Amino acid sequence: MIGLEIHCQLTKLESKLFCTCMANYRSFEPNTNICPICMGMPGTLPRLNKKAVEKATMIAMALNCKTPQKLGFFRKNYFYPDLPKNFQITQLNLYGPTSIGEQGKISIEGKEIRIRRIQIEEDPGRLIYEGASERTAITLVDYNRAGTPLVEIVTEPDFDSPRQVRIFLNVLSDLLENLDVSDPTLEGAMRADANVSIEGGNRVEVKNIGSFHDLEKAIHFELTRQTSLKERGIEIAQETRHWDDKRKITISSRSKEEDEDYRYILEGDIPWVVMDESSLDSWRKNMPESISSKKERYVTKYGIPGQVADVLSSDKYYSDLFEQAHNETNAKEIANIITTDLMGLVDTREKREQSKLVPKHLSDLISMISTGKITKSSAKNALQEIVKTGKSVSDIVSSTGLAKISDESELGKIIDEVILQESTAVQQARENPQTINYLVGKIMQKTKGKADPTITLNLLKKKIGI
Amino acid sequence: MNLGISAIEYIHGIKSGSITSEEFVAKTLEHINKVEPRLHAFLSLNNNAIDQARQIDKKIKSGQNVGAFYGMPISIKDNISIKGGKTTCASKMLQNYVAPYDATVVSKLKSQDAIIIGKTNLDEFAMGVATEFSAFGPSKNPWNTDYVPGGSSGGSAVSVAGLESTLSLGSDTGGSVRNPASFCSIVGLKPTYGLVSRHGLVSYANSIEQIGPMGRRVEDVALLLNHIAGKDAHDPTTIDSKDQDYLSEINTGIVGKKIGIIKEMSSGAGLDKTVESVFKNAVAAFEKSGAIIDTVSLDMVEYTVATYYVLTTAEAGSNLSRYDNLRYGFDMDSEGYEFKSYISKARRNFGPEVTRRMILGGFVPSAGFAGKYLLKALKVKSKLKKQIQSAFSKFDFLISPTVPVLPFRFGEKIDDPLAMYLADINTVTANLTGIPAISIPYEIRDGLPVGVQIHANRLEEKQLLQAAYYLQSTTNLPEIPL
Repeated sequence: MIGLEIHCQLTKLESKLFCTCMANYRSFEPNTNICPICMGMPGTLPRLNKKAVEKATMIAMALNCKTPQKLGFFRKNYFYPDLPKNFQITQLNLYGPTSIGEQGKISIEGKEIRIRRIQIEEDPGRLIYEGASERTAITLVDYNRAGTPLVEIVTEPDFDSPRQVRIFLNVLSDLLENLDVSDPTLEGAMRADANVSIEGGNRVEVKNIGSFHDLEKAIHFELTRQTSLKERGIEIAQETRHWDDKRKITISSRSKEEDEDYRYILEGDIPWVVMDESSLDSWRKNMPESISSKKERYVTKYGIPGQVADVLSSDKYYSDLFEQAHNETNAKEIANIITTDLMGLVDTREKREQSKLVPKHLSDLISMISTGKITKSSAKNALQEIVKTGKSVSDIVSSTGLAKISDESELGKIIDEVILQESTAVQQARENPQTINYLVGKIMQKTKGKADPTITLNLLKKKIGI
Repeated sequence: MNLGISAIEYIHGIKSGSITSEEFVAKTLEHINKVEPRLHAFLSLNNNAIDQARQIDKKIKSGQNVGAFYGMPISIKDNISIKGGKTTCASKMLQNYVAPYDATVVSKLKSQDAIIIGKTNLDEFAMGVATEFSAFGPSKNPWNTDYVPGGSSGGSAVSVAGLESTLSLGSDTGGSVRNPASFCSIVGLKPTYGLVSRHGLVSYANSIEQIGPMGRRVEDVALLLNHIAGKDAHDPTTIDSKDQDYLSEINTGIVGKKIGIIKEMSSGAGLDKTVESVFKNAVAAFEKSGAIIDTVSLDMVEYTVATYYVLTTAEAGSNLSRYDNLRYGFDMDSEGYEFKSYISKARRNFGPEVTRRMILGGFVPSAGFAGKYLLKALKVKSKLKKQIQSAFSKFDFLISPTVPVLPFRFGEKIDDPLAMYLADINTVTANLTGIPAISIPYEIRDGLPVGVQIHANRLEEKQLLQAAYYLQSTTNLPEIPL
């Protein structure tokens, strides 16, 4: 059995959870995105970021959780150098349900994964080690991240395999991105710990996993380790293990989990937050359309094939492009050009950030194709140029001569050349007309895809007499 | 020039031109220099006070708008932050800590042209009833310097009683404003929880403590409350004061009001006979007020001290955990020290009482014990609240002696924490239930002050001050022998 604890930063918020420092701490010199509140200086009090409550509620709603009547905050007391107050403000269902969500569920490949609890909490600062953390001579502390808003999602132990975990995390990551609450591709924006156990064994918590890729490996390792222990009749101890990134194994951490006592107490400085119906209603209304609803709309309203609609709807970048570029008539073509020609050009975070493409480029290209001004393969070439330079479609078509060649005399000359060079193929085509496509391909090659395919075919047929 | 005038009289003096802020502040500083070696009310003084007073005098002379305090010297307990100045909490841990911002109450006073004359002594982190736990030495009771001034806002009370400031701000977690007010024969108010912003007050037990005004007269305390109360964006627990004017109609009287004498606080073995007799005189005075008086029993009071110490140590354990010798109280050289010796040194800059409460604070909310201590205390707190609410459905005010014992000598209780904690029995109820309570000096017996406490329902400060004003009018207190 596998369960997950996922920490997700609400990277789309402006400010930290309890002060006005920036939530986006990544662009700052160390220890410059801080203030008396997030440094926990004497006499400061937390001021809850209302937007964080709104965004976290949307996550809870998207994961089909129950929302409580009032939110409570608690202090988790522990000593650590990255924690300015030596306690973390978090949520807990100590006196009934007071965390932002509980008892949710989400379905992946027909399997229901139950969500135990969702809570809002503050991220600690960051420790930077010189070399490996166990052998470091110097540890540096950067508090820029301290107090940034986090949502912790705790699942029930419902996963059967590491593969299911991977699929779930992909779905969750798409969902968070689609809600516009987080950018999961940012370094450290989504982190997960796993609880792994096998039949008849104790629960082992695996922490310190750097990436989702390693998470899958760590779970694999842990399942194998536990199975091997069981086969040899050795008891599987309940413990916390750390993932060793270099050796790709889990290592028992010396402190026992049972020794951890967080001495939770109510955070009296944050009054109970009443979750009134009108706020909940308006947040629900403001939630972006879900991925599944988008997909259904794409299929039923525009007749876009299921697989294409899948790709389009699950990636917020693509679906945002689609929504802005399409109209009643060109939807299918827009969907196609995104999922075939554009995809390879903007498949990473860096490429997307550098891309100069705007939705209008796509609608312009499609209208150029449908009015016969350029060919589909020219459009593909133009896309590369657009992504790189952001020039308008008409500029690119006129400056690079991508306009379709439909002039019969111009095409005739090229066809004549090909007939001369490819006499064997011409003969074959006369015997078996289906092989004529080879010749059409040669003509396209010569014109760099600009030849009008219909005119070319008719003219070629005429010239070789079939 | 008489430094013993009330805040109201000071303002009249300024307005009529009979005194200037500069003269008054200079005279105050001169007096402070004279009495401080004996009283030790202050931990630091404002070196720019006279300059600031001169500026305010200029504004007054040129007819500009002047704030409500007209350059009046006001002292501030040293657990309330003032930008650029030391805020030590009377602890070695913070002896070099300089606050980077003003507490809300401080910025409010500054904007009303008060002169912050200095920061006053307290028990370390406001934990204590005598200022004996100050890391920088105790304050002395100006009525008799062999005796404690009460605490934890002892320095504030001494500064007001000893004529070293006209008004003061203290903080009250379990009686820390009212106890020293009673011991030093001044007026001290613990407002409704949330009425005054705690932004900038260094937390000890944040769910029950409040900053409170202290003065020699009830009307002075009302004036100070007028300018510190109200909602503050920096403190989400604050509530709207609806711009109440606590000073106007303060002499209304309490004819027809209902007063309940809290039985558990006004009788029994723990009550000193002298205190009991003074309290009887106060009750007799109330009987002449036209109010209706009866006795009320609140049986939960018996459990309040235990409850108070469980809740406050749990919160203190959390609030003070940031003072770990890494970020504050830093006393290692640049090479640092070995990790294991760090652990043993981490809290060594705390004094004995803070250490004691930190250890308790680690224990009472811990796994396996929370149910027996913390959660039980929370249950008592909520029962007590219900009992108080039901009492206020019958009464407008609930009264008792402020402290069941007379001021004691230095060293008398310091080695007996349980006896010391019992001095809080009459004051902690207001904190645990969030209601306002005030201590009014009633008599001096054998040279030692005795105060009377009045509670009112939540946000009923206006009528609480009216009752206090009435009681004040029935007193005949001697001048302090400075």
